[in-house]
Amino acid sequence: MMNRLMISVSIAALLALGACGEKKEEQAASEQSQTAPAQPAAPAEPAPAPAAQAPAEPAPAATTQEAAAQPTAGAIKQGGAMTVTFKDDISTLDPAIGYDWKNWSMIKSVFDGLLDYKPGTTEIIPDLAESYEVAPDGLAYTFKLRHGVKFHNGREMKAADVKYSLERTCNPDTASPGAGYYGAIKGFEDFQAKKATELSGITTPDDYTVKIELSHPDSTMLHLMALNFSFVVPKEEVEKSGADFGKHPVGTGAFKVAEWTSGQKIVFERNKDYFRQGLPHLDKITFEIGQEPVVALLRLQKGEIDIAGDGIPPAKYAEVLQDPATKDLVTITDQLQTGYVSMNVNIAPFDKVEVRQAVNMAIDKDAIVKLINNRAVPANQPLPPAMPGYDKSYTGYAYNPDEAKKLLEKAGVGSGFETDLYVMNVDPNPRIAQAIQQDLGKIGIKANLKSLDQGTVIAAGGKKDGAPMIWSGGMAWIADFPDPSNFYTAILGCGGAVDGGWNWAWYCNKDLDARADKANAMTDPAQADARAAEWGKIFIDVMKDAPWAPVFNEKAVVIHSKRVAGPDGIFADPIHIPVNYDEVYATDAQ
Amino acid sequence: MPGYVLRRLVQMLLTLIGVSVITFLITHALPADPARQIAGRTASAAQVEQVRHQFGLDLPLPQQYLRYATGLIEGDLGRSYVQRTDVSFLIASRLPATLLLMLGAIFCELLIGLTAGSVAAFRRNTAADQGVMIGALFFVSTPQFLVAYTLLYVFSNWLGWFPLSGYGTFSHLVLPSVALGLLGGGWYARMMRSSTIEVLRQDFVRTARAKGLSRTRIVLVHVLPNGLLPIIAMIGLDIGYFMSGIVVVESVFGWPGIGQLTWQAIQTIDIPIIMGVTLVAACAIVLGNLLADLVAPLIDPRIKLK
Repeated sequence: MMNRLMISVSIAALLALGACGEKKEEQAASEQSQTAPAQPAAPAEPAPAPAAQAPAEPAPAATTQEAAAQPTAGAIKQGGAMTVTFKDDISTLDPAIGYDWKNWSMIKSVFDGLLDYKPGTTEIIPDLAESYEVAPDGLAYTFKLRHGVKFHNGREMKAADVKYSLERTCNPDTASPGAGYYGAIKGFEDFQAKKATELSGITTPDDYTVKIELSHPDSTMLHLMALNFSFVVPKEEVEKSGADFGKHPVGTGAFKVAEWTSGQKIVFERNKDYFRQGLPHLDKITFEIGQEPVVALLRLQKGEIDIAGDGIPPAKYAEVLQDPATKDLVTITDQLQTGYVSMNVNIAPFDKVEVRQAVNMAIDKDAIVKLINNRAVPANQPLPPAMPGYDKSYTGYAYNPDEAKKLLEKAGVGSGFETDLYVMNVDPNPRIAQAIQQDLGKIGIKANLKSLDQGTVIAAGGKKDGAPMIWSGGMAWIADFPDPSNFYTAILGCGGAVDGGWNWAWYCNKDLDARADKANAMTDPAQADARAAEWGKIFIDVMKDAPWAPVFNEKAVVIHSKRVAGPDGIFADPIHIPVNYDEVYATDAQ
Repeated sequence: MPGYVLRRLVQMLLTLIGVSVITFLITHALPADPARQIAGRTASAAQVEQVRHQFGLDLPLPQQYLRYATGLIEGDLGRSYVQRTDVSFLIASRLPATLLLMLGAIFCELLIGLTAGSVAAFRRNTAADQGVMIGALFFVSTPQFLVAYTLLYVFSNWLGWFPLSGYGTFSHLVLPSVALGLLGGGWYARMMRSSTIEVLRQDFVRTARAKGLSRTRIVLVHVLPNGLLPIIAMIGLDIGYFMSGIVVVESVFGWPGIGQLTWQAIQTIDIPIIMGVTLVAACAIVLGNLLADLVAPLIDPRIKLK
């Protein structure tokens, strides 16, 4: 997720959890409270695994989720327009390929998947599917499609399109960065190796039924059907545009792409035939590209634009939050992100657990959080607080330099040692790394800073003896979907401890891997709580070996004009950054 | 003359081949792995290999270069890893904005440079002269992002005379052109001053005075045209200097040109775009040089092309 890795430092995040954070948009929202149907605030508790939302019928009866009531728009009038700015180009709007924090939400407004998340929450709801059924053994998922959903070109979306779209994502020729997620679908290996021309696990008994069979249970399958990579595209349009489909996207979503001037702007126009009644609210969204965040903020203050997509530049942060004219326009929310120091267990003396624990105790996390204007909360475990499975009772390794020194002595390096700390060279990361460097210096560890560009740091982390320590900021892991497994497999599991992998600590614990596999096989919704709890224990056991020193969980910051509003929590949506475009409405159109 | 042009074109081609080889080697020496970047973080080792093969990244480097060069001959600059679209399309869609900005900047630097330079020359050793020279030194040595942001804050944010950023109308063009033109304007002011002073010392100026020509006529007909000569020859070289300036100025003013594209590509290590832009810039620079050399004898018959 190279592009998205850029975000965590500077701006907004991909998946921030609803009401867990402070909300600063109350003023704008409260004006609308009579007319807008209030979205239930996201639970302050870690969101339950989505499958738990399905009625838990006793086995062996299959679990079924019927379409929830249509999300009606209530009394909100349609109309109006808004302008969103971004600094960098929108690379592509192809759902199989787009994988950065900007196009992620835009794709969600142009395309739809079988499932979606209830706005403002992480709760899974049917979308293009009307209902779905999970087999008791977790090896088959059957989706019943909505009738009469039309692509922007007027053709009706049918089961064959769903199959085609999933196959397109998994087809190696597409080179989709999300293909790896769908490895549990039966026939995936053969299809990837081009030994088969279709994914045998996906069948379409009739035009409105899609059956997906798995080779092994995967409890994240429902999330995967709400993930952009599974969104439905019309074959004829893909073939017409060829490899440039991402610049000429045609979907079933709430908005159509009306205009795209490369490097300048993209204009979204309301899809009048959108299958959800009353949505979207806006007639038009203009995305202006190439705007420096500082300039975008000035323009927002002048009322020229409505959402500064890149958020608030760090240097302006304190000023904006103090200014009475702007402070109410800011929303700060948790996101599913953890910033950590990885310690490569292959490189001495980090092969000794005492040394890794000592590093955990040596870092003054509170001081680092202050350093970044309190845009984060101190962390003590790999999972962020908003993730199911987060262990609130765990206290981790408290700040204690004296104890840390004793641990170093125990490990036989009491006189200290010299090592390298890699860091991405974009503010505030070098500053954070300097603070860590000073903390380590106090217990006798002399860490030389290697401040390098993102790609170089990632490459060093992916080599077995490349980087002894890495501060993950700016490249840190942000979950693609709200499930704890997303924080383990690639970054702490044995599978990620490979050349070019993301497990920079090269930590590989076979027992934990086995437990992770078992937890992922718990597909029965009734087991969701047990599954989350087991995941929580896995991460606490990881911390016993201390391959990471978790430092903080960063918050997402969104700033918007008074002209645009939405249901409660819309500017703190866990799935859409900076906002769920479908749900925004213009106050001047009311 | 045709022989000269032909010879220069061959030299140009060799230069471009050299540039392409060097950029290719540099960008491919980066420790980043494009295959992994494309395949995403969920990809297995086998999937990464598949992508590597598909994009020809598993071939030996010389062979990769040959593939790239063959594409170049057919006008194919490759496909962006990040944007997944043709590099030539991306460059072509942004080139007009950059060219427009360059024109604006050339206009600004000439206006500023020639006016200030000749004022300084005719008012030599006065406060005006000193003021111009200090100003020129200031703008030549100030980082462009500082000039750009200052202009933006003063004229757009405080005074509101120009739009804060963007593209499309004449008023959008003014500030970026000035920001880019001030640097060259500083150079030209200094050049214009010294070349005009040089001309003022020439015998033909003394003769003109002796003939009793009016001061205005001497300045307009005899001094300025001769003082301009070295400057016109320089304009062709400006394109090269602009290439570095546009990266900064375009980013600050949200100008949708090549500079922004380059900066983004560097940040995401999008090698095909970096290669493509470098080649286009190199082309522009060598062409600019050639033009400057071809124009010089037209203006000053004393210059002969061999």
